[in-house]
Amino acid sequence: MSDDSRKRDKDSIQNVLLVALSICFVCAIVVSGAAVLLKPQQTINKALDRNKNILIAAGLFEKGVTPESEIGSLFEEFEIRVVDLEQGRMLTPAEVETAGINPVSYDQRSAAKDTSASKALSTTADIASIKRRARYSVVYLLRENNQLSRIVLPVHGYGLWSTLYGFIALEGNGSTVSGITFYEQQETAGLGGEVDNPAWKALWRGKEIYDENHQVALKVLKGSVDRNSPNARFQVDGLSGATLTSRGVQNLVGYWLGEDAFGPMLARLGG
Amino acid sequence: MSSVKEIVLGPVFTNNPIGLQILGICSALAVTTQMSVALVMCIALTLVTAFSNLFISMIRNQIPNSIRIIVQMTIIASLVIVVDQILGAVAYEMSKQLTVFVGLIITNCIVMGRAEAFAMQNPPGLSFLDGIGNGLGYSVVLMCVATIREVLGSGSMFGVEILPLVTNGGWYSPMGLMLLPPSAFFIIGLLIWALRSWKTDQVEAAEYNIGGHTALSRG
Repeated sequence: MSDDSRKRDKDSIQNVLLVALSICFVCAIVVSGAAVLLKPQQTINKALDRNKNILIAAGLFEKGVTPESEIGSLFEEFEIRVVDLEQGRMLTPAEVETAGINPVSYDQRSAAKDTSASKALSTTADIASIKRRARYSVVYLLRENNQLSRIVLPVHGYGLWSTLYGFIALEGNGSTVSGITFYEQQETAGLGGEVDNPAWKALWRGKEIYDENHQVALKVLKGSVDRNSPNARFQVDGLSGATLTSRGVQNLVGYWLGEDAFGPMLARLGG
Repeated sequence: MSSVKEIVLGPVFTNNPIGLQILGICSALAVTTQMSVALVMCIALTLVTAFSNLFISMIRNQIPNSIRIIVQMTIIASLVIVVDQILGAVAYEMSKQLTVFVGLIITNCIVMGRAEAFAMQNPPGLSFLDGIGNGLGYSVVLMCVATIREVLGSGSMFGVEILPLVTNGGWYSPMGLMLLPPSAFFIIGLLIWALRSWKTDQVEAAEYNIGGHTALSRG
C-alpha cells in the first residue's frame, strides 16, 4: 500500500517538473563550468596548433619527427607582416600601428564579421563562398641569407559541409607552392577529410599558380593529373570520392591568390 | 563478491556489448583505423558509461517514469560535453581526430542501453562497475579491430612502424581495404564468429528450419 502511494507520488506532475528542472539546472552548471574552466587551456592549444600549421605549410615541421616543444622557437624565425588587401601591399610597422592592429593577436575571422573592417563580396567575386573579406590579413615571412624564401598566407573557403581554414606557403618568388595545410575542417572523414592527408598535401609542392598573364591557373582536377600534359605544373590530383571538397579547395586557393586578395601583393614580390 | 567480478568481467567475453548484444557498431567502424584514436575513444566511452550509470542509479528512485529517457539523455549528453571539453584542453590533436565521434557517444547504444537496463534497477556502486565492465567489453573489441586494421592497413602499432612499408623502402605493401570502414564490418563479423565458436551458448536459435525438397522428391 505504502509502496503504491510512493509510486504515484513519483509520477505526479509536481515531481516530474521538479526532477526535470533540477536535472537541467545541475547539468547546465556542470557543462558551463567545464566549458569556462577549460577555455584558457583550449585557447592556448588552438594558438599552438595554428602556429604548428604555419610551420607545416612552410615545410619546417614534420609530424612525429619535430618535437612539439620546438614550435615556439621555430615560429620565432618568422617575420609577421600585415597585408592591406585593399591596397594590395604589406604595411610598414608604422602603418600597422596607425591601423591599430596587433599582428600577433589579430583575428581575421572576427574582423571579417565586422562591417567596418571588412567588405561584402559580390556573388561573382566570391568564388570561395566566404561572403565577407577582412581588409587586413596577417602573413608570415621566412628569410634565408636575407632572401625571402617562404611566404605563408592564411586561406579559407567553403568545401562540402564546412568552411576549411588553412595556410598555403609559397616560395620566395610568390608564384610556386611550397606547401598547403588545413587546420580546421569538418569534411567527411576519409573522403573530403583527406585534405589533411600528408600524401595529398605533398602533391602541391612545386606547383605553379600563375600563368603568363598573372591569372590563377592552378586547378584541382577530378581524377589524377596527366604528367605529360603541358599544364601538369598547374594541376593537382583531386581527392577521390570528394569532388565538391576538391572544388572547394581549388576555389579557395583561386580566390585568395587572385586579384581580390593576395594576388596584387604577390605580384609586387615577384615584380 | 563473485557478483562484482561477474559484473565487471561478464561483459568482456560472455556478454560482450558488441559481440553478443551488437551495440555500438557505428563508432566501432569509424574510429578503428588507428590504435591511439581507438584507445582514447575507449577510455572516453568507458568513463561516460560508468559515470552515467552512477548518476542515473543515484537518482533512479526520483526519476518519474514518464520522462526517464529524457532524464537519462540529459545526464549522458552533459557527461559527453564535459569529456569533449576535457579532450580539447588536454589532448587537442586527439580531439581534432575524433571530431564528431566523441559527440556521438551520446547516441552510442551501449550507454543508453546500460542506463535503461541496469542502472534504473541497481544501486550506484554496482551500476558504476557495470558501466566499467561494458566499457571494457567495448574496448576489447575495439582494440582488437584497431590492432588488425592498423597493422595490416598502415604497418604500424600506435603510429610506430613495425612492418617496414614499401614506400619507406621496406617490403610490406599495406592493405588499403583495412583503412576503409567495410573492413571493420568483416573483422567484427569474424570476431563474433570466433567468439560464438568458443562460447557456443551465445549462438542464437535459428528462426526457421529449411525443409526438405518435397516437390523434387515427389517428382
